[in-house]
Amino acid sequence: MSNSKDLQSCRYEVSNGDDGAKTLHIQGRMDAATAAETIAGIKSILKPPLPAALTVDLEKVTYLDDFGALVLVELKSLMARQKSRLYLKNADQRVKEILTILKYDTLGEPAELSHKPSPNMFVRLGEAVFGQAADLDFIFSFIGSVCLSLIHACLHPRSLRLDDILSSMKKVGVDALPIVGLISFLLGLIMAFMSSVQLQQFGANIYVASLVSLSMVRELGPIMTAIIVAGRSGSAFAAEIGTMKISDEVDALFTMGFDPTRFLAVPKILASVITVPILTLFSDLFAIMGGLVVGVFMLDLTANAYMAQTLKTLSVFDVFWGFLKAAVFALLIAGVGCLRGFQVRGGAAEVGQATTSAVVSSIFLIILADAVFAVILRYWG
Amino acid sequence: MDRKTVIQVKNLVARYGDDIILDRISFDVYEGEIFAVLGGSGSGKSTLLKNLLGLHRPASGKIFIDGDDISECDEDALQQILRKVGVLYQSAALFGSMTVAENVALPILEYTDLSRESVDHLVKMKLNLVNLDGYQNHLPSEISGGMKKRAGLARAMALNPKILFFDEPSAGLDPVTSAELDQLIIHLNQSLGTTMIIVTHELESIFAVASRVIMLHKSTRGIIADGDPKYLRDQSRNPFVKQFFNRLPADNT
Repeated sequence: MSNSKDLQSCRYEVSNGDDGAKTLHIQGRMDAATAAETIAGIKSILKPPLPAALTVDLEKVTYLDDFGALVLVELKSLMARQKSRLYLKNADQRVKEILTILKYDTLGEPAELSHKPSPNMFVRLGEAVFGQAADLDFIFSFIGSVCLSLIHACLHPRSLRLDDILSSMKKVGVDALPIVGLISFLLGLIMAFMSSVQLQQFGANIYVASLVSLSMVRELGPIMTAIIVAGRSGSAFAAEIGTMKISDEVDALFTMGFDPTRFLAVPKILASVITVPILTLFSDLFAIMGGLVVGVFMLDLTANAYMAQTLKTLSVFDVFWGFLKAAVFALLIAGVGCLRGFQVRGGAAEVGQATTSAVVSSIFLIILADAVFAVILRYWG
Repeated sequence: MDRKTVIQVKNLVARYGDDIILDRISFDVYEGEIFAVLGGSGSGKSTLLKNLLGLHRPASGKIFIDGDDISECDEDALQQILRKVGVLYQSAALFGSMTVAENVALPILEYTDLSRESVDHLVKMKLNLVNLDGYQNHLPSEISGGMKKRAGLARAMALNPKILFFDEPSAGLDPVTSAELDQLIIHLNQSLGTTMIIVTHELESIFAVASRVIMLHKSTRGIIADGDPKYLRDQSRNPFVKQFFNRLPADNT
């Protein structure tokens, strides 16, 4: 047992020569198992001041690999820092060969790898600006290409890939219905409850119906639906296209003569623009139902009165306005999702980033577009 | 022959569901040799590799890697055994978000107590070993296919494993680059004494590097030939082995 332990270990000692030169004798295996210990050990023996020259005697080394060579390189760089020299002697043929392959002679200067000099502020600023400009360039060309593809789709409806559109419609619309319904129902419930606390003071319970229906149909319905769709589908678009991009599938489409925008983005955009307004309608209905539950069970309204008040409040224009908003939001979500997907370069981490960025930028754009709609309504309405 | 056995496979059966891919195959790999697993498409080469690496547990039979049974050990023990093993995947499987140097440094930083500076020196040596000096700070997407393979090899060898697995090392490389990779494999085998197991169907590299081969075939779901590749090419009686080594189409008569 002790014998095999001996074979596995690496020992070292320092002897002083007559002329003040020191020799380090190493014996045993110099490999991955012993390297870390040996480096620490030798460094603790060789306390400063270091000798002007150190010779390493490798005669009794039974095995040396690159971890073993690391011990020598560490010593060499330690000595180089003190302007001293390191010599090897009695290395056998095999050890010499390994040191040659590892290019031992070129090593030992303090390693400067993996630490790129960080550029100064102006260089970084310049790089950021050019990066943004390139980004902008890409965004404009993407918008142009989407517009052209949509025009092409209008002129040649047969070129549309109907199966793709239908399957996207299912994913964006049908699959989202339960969660959109649930969230909207609860939202209607909360709104009716909160407003009833205030309106009850004036005996204006019936106006809870107006408040819930109008705010849902005009504002919250489209926005809530759009945010849910951005989280569910916008991210999925970015991830799908991004993954296709890094696995060269987008290039494959291109070389097969398909326009990637027309093939990948247009079906998703069309499917979203068709389904999100419908989803919004469901969202409105579920919210009104939520309000109705509060109205009937807490405010002593009859279901009839509640629905009559709701219908009295809403005009066709309100519903249409909500539809229009939802369609615009859908365009933004699907467009941004696809754009972020196409922007992916490199590896898996980029896909994750694109997904995050797709959701964040589409939510921002949804809110921005909603503000624009509010201004338009204020001055035109 | 008193050479030490590093890998021992005994009556290995591998299956997916009801499909039996490998039916009771047995072979040994000795220390320091370059061993090739051959076979046409669908013969179970990749399945065998997955079993040897513990990525897929055998339906029955035993696999010993350096004396340890990996067919029945738990996850932790498997991880311990896999430290003795390095793998070069077909697509190199470098992590795209890290530079070449960071890819190689990852296992070293994780599993040794070396200082950051020592690791930098060591990574430099590893890259010298595969002739990639100067590409430390490149991302995998910025280097060519052959370089990726070599960087993958440097990472597979980061901890100087006893056994190196190669999955189709020359797939997708030009003849010159793949010949260089073959050279590198032989070189590393001789200088470091690493046992190498190559899964391939590239004839040229088989003859260039492999000292012993086994050939799998889907008809028997097992080994149909083993031995020196040159001997098999010239002497084998098995029609499929002949076709394979002499690059002939299967006769349909």
